[in-house]
Amino acid sequence: MRKKKYLVSFPRLGNYVYPIYAMLNRIVDKEITDILMPKEMTSKTIELGAGASPDFVCLPFKYNMGNLIESLNQGANFLLQAGGGCRYGYYAEVQEQILRDLGYDFTFVTLLEPEGLDVLKLYNKFKLLNKKLSFAKFAKEFLLAIDAIRVLDNVETYIRDNYMYEVKKGSFDKIHKEFLDEIMKVTNLTKLNLLKKNTYTKLKNVLIKSNTKDIIKVGIVGELYTSMEPYSTFFLEKELASLGVSVKRYTTVTYLLFIKKWKIKKHIKYANKYIKYALGADGTESVAHTLELIDKGYDGIIHIKPFGCTPEVNAMPILQKISDEKNVPIMYLTFDGQTSMTGIKTRLEAFYDMLVMKREKQNNVTTLTSVKQAKETNTLPYKKDDYEFQN
Amino acid sequence: MNKYYIGVDIGSISTKAVVIDNENNIIASKYLWTEGSPINATKKVIKELKEILDSKKINCDIYGIGTTGSARNLIGSILNATVVKNEITAHAIGTLSVFPDVRTILEIGGQDSKLIILKDGVVVDYAMNTLCAAGTGAFLSSQAKRLGVKIEDLGAIALSSKNPSKIAARCTVFAESDLVHKAQIGHKKEDLIAGICNSVVSNYLNNLAKGKKIEDRVVFQGGVSKNIGVVEAFKKALNKEVYVDSSSHLMGALGVAILSKNVNKNGGRLDFNFDIQNIEFKTIGRECKGCSNNCEIVSVYKDGILIDKMGGRCVKRK
Repeated sequence: MRKKKYLVSFPRLGNYVYPIYAMLNRIVDKEITDILMPKEMTSKTIELGAGASPDFVCLPFKYNMGNLIESLNQGANFLLQAGGGCRYGYYAEVQEQILRDLGYDFTFVTLLEPEGLDVLKLYNKFKLLNKKLSFAKFAKEFLLAIDAIRVLDNVETYIRDNYMYEVKKGSFDKIHKEFLDEIMKVTNLTKLNLLKKNTYTKLKNVLIKSNTKDIIKVGIVGELYTSMEPYSTFFLEKELASLGVSVKRYTTVTYLLFIKKWKIKKHIKYANKYIKYALGADGTESVAHTLELIDKGYDGIIHIKPFGCTPEVNAMPILQKISDEKNVPIMYLTFDGQTSMTGIKTRLEAFYDMLVMKREKQNNVTTLTSVKQAKETNTLPYKKDDYEFQN
Repeated sequence: MNKYYIGVDIGSISTKAVVIDNENNIIASKYLWTEGSPINATKKVIKELKEILDSKKINCDIYGIGTTGSARNLIGSILNATVVKNEITAHAIGTLSVFPDVRTILEIGGQDSKLIILKDGVVVDYAMNTLCAAGTGAFLSSQAKRLGVKIEDLGAIALSSKNPSKIAARCTVFAESDLVHKAQIGHKKEDLIAGICNSVVSNYLNNLAKGKKIEDRVVFQGGVSKNIGVVEAFKKALNKEVYVDSSSHLMGALGVAILSKNVNKNGGRLDFNFDIQNIEFKTIGRECKGCSNNCEIVSVYKDGILIDKMGGRCVKRK
């Protein structure tokens, strides 16, 4: 194979790599560019990443670094990085400098501006990879990718909410995997809509337990990277599911890019007993979502963050107060480059036992209200309208 | 015939086991050192339980076995346990059976320390030390060795001190250098020892109990609760009565035995043989080659036959 001018790569973030990979594939000039899917996360990734990072930097930086170095070692020479609200905004510059100091040669492009997404500037950046790229074509493909991400988020949210209720184990996993394979191949909106329709139908056809009131429900709030990259939290959500817990999480890319902006004022208003102004990054969400989940009757909340995440550290004392006043347990987990998950497992198990014991205790006291509540929770714990099922 | 249940708590430093009857009374108990070999310690502890039962002329049928502690999974598969539970739940259940009105459990073991907060008999919050073993039994035993004192005598000596030395509480390394310095400028041994006991307590309260409300009744357990000096230091620091049960070191084992009873409510007698001394258990640890995670997989063999595989993040386990 003839060596092309560019080999493009980017850091991993959950399953979002699939629609991103697909979009890049559609907009670059194939004559001069190839796309390299970053390697799956392993302990090698964090070892390489942590080795090249400042010790006290937050965890996503280290994982990103690991991804980029692994890609560079495979020959990548054109790296993409997103950028964002908190310290994340400085990642790109620092990472570029460190990688150059390590002796790599590459082009480095930061996709987001400090103010957020600027489509025109983004278009100019992608023109590097394809001189013939028209704005119309770029806009079309970009919107398609956004749509694909939205579908992905919808599918995953549905699976997360219902994972515990499937009658035949593995049904959701199978659909999920098929969906991820297919989303790579989507080339236009018609195909995406077809895939969406098919997947939704399949998901709806999965047999779901009708009696769900005994299942413990836990909400996950906290920092975005640890929320969305399961490897960084030792597959926390899967681990909870294996204990028999239904998991809810609001933080997704769709949420961060499109909903967050409109919701922030609402969040502060909703949580006005506890916060008067935004906490920066996802701190406000952590507080507001915690309150929301508690009001929805969730049994417990798990707050996750990378070591040294300032916005989430800000949110923690507020969460402690909420936990105290609302009498709902909140567990705080901090992740760094550690590779043993025994400690996490012990804590999760204990947290689960604690919630079960609490629930049993509550059920013993059979007052009128608790009977009424039981009836209500007997139906599915979410509204069908939460998802866009139109067919 | 009465029903009996076994609970085994295999910690990093010590192994605890109890046999209880249907009313949660401890019929037999044993406490010994793990000495880095949980399998041997378990064999020994089961053998000694049997000896105690024999001497009491109890021929017992076992209806449940539970394991807890850091080696709970390994020992769970060796004893074919009906319940394998984390230490926090086990300690809470065990303590509740002795003190139904407990609100706060302070627990300091060999390598870790825990704080469990309960309300109306239900765990509502807990904390566990994370990064290091500062302020745990391991620190006390290494300092006792340094001062040439038996660990069992530490508490009594501490109580005889009238003027405890101030020892840094944050980190074991700092505590140790503080201790050496104070010893070299002539502080009395009992003052130093009292200082160590105080530093364990302030370390615990500064790290684990930060932001948590400690309310009556406070129960202190784990191996370190046998140290009367630490108990007194807790009383003084909390300004509350601190209860220590005579079987405070057995609470984890007791709790998991009770849990095994609850699980086996309608179940039958277990086919359990106390005579595991001569069964050969072998564990082989190796790295999985499924991906570059290189997870360590431990295979447990009983007389050459594979009975369990543990470890690894996925189900590949190559």
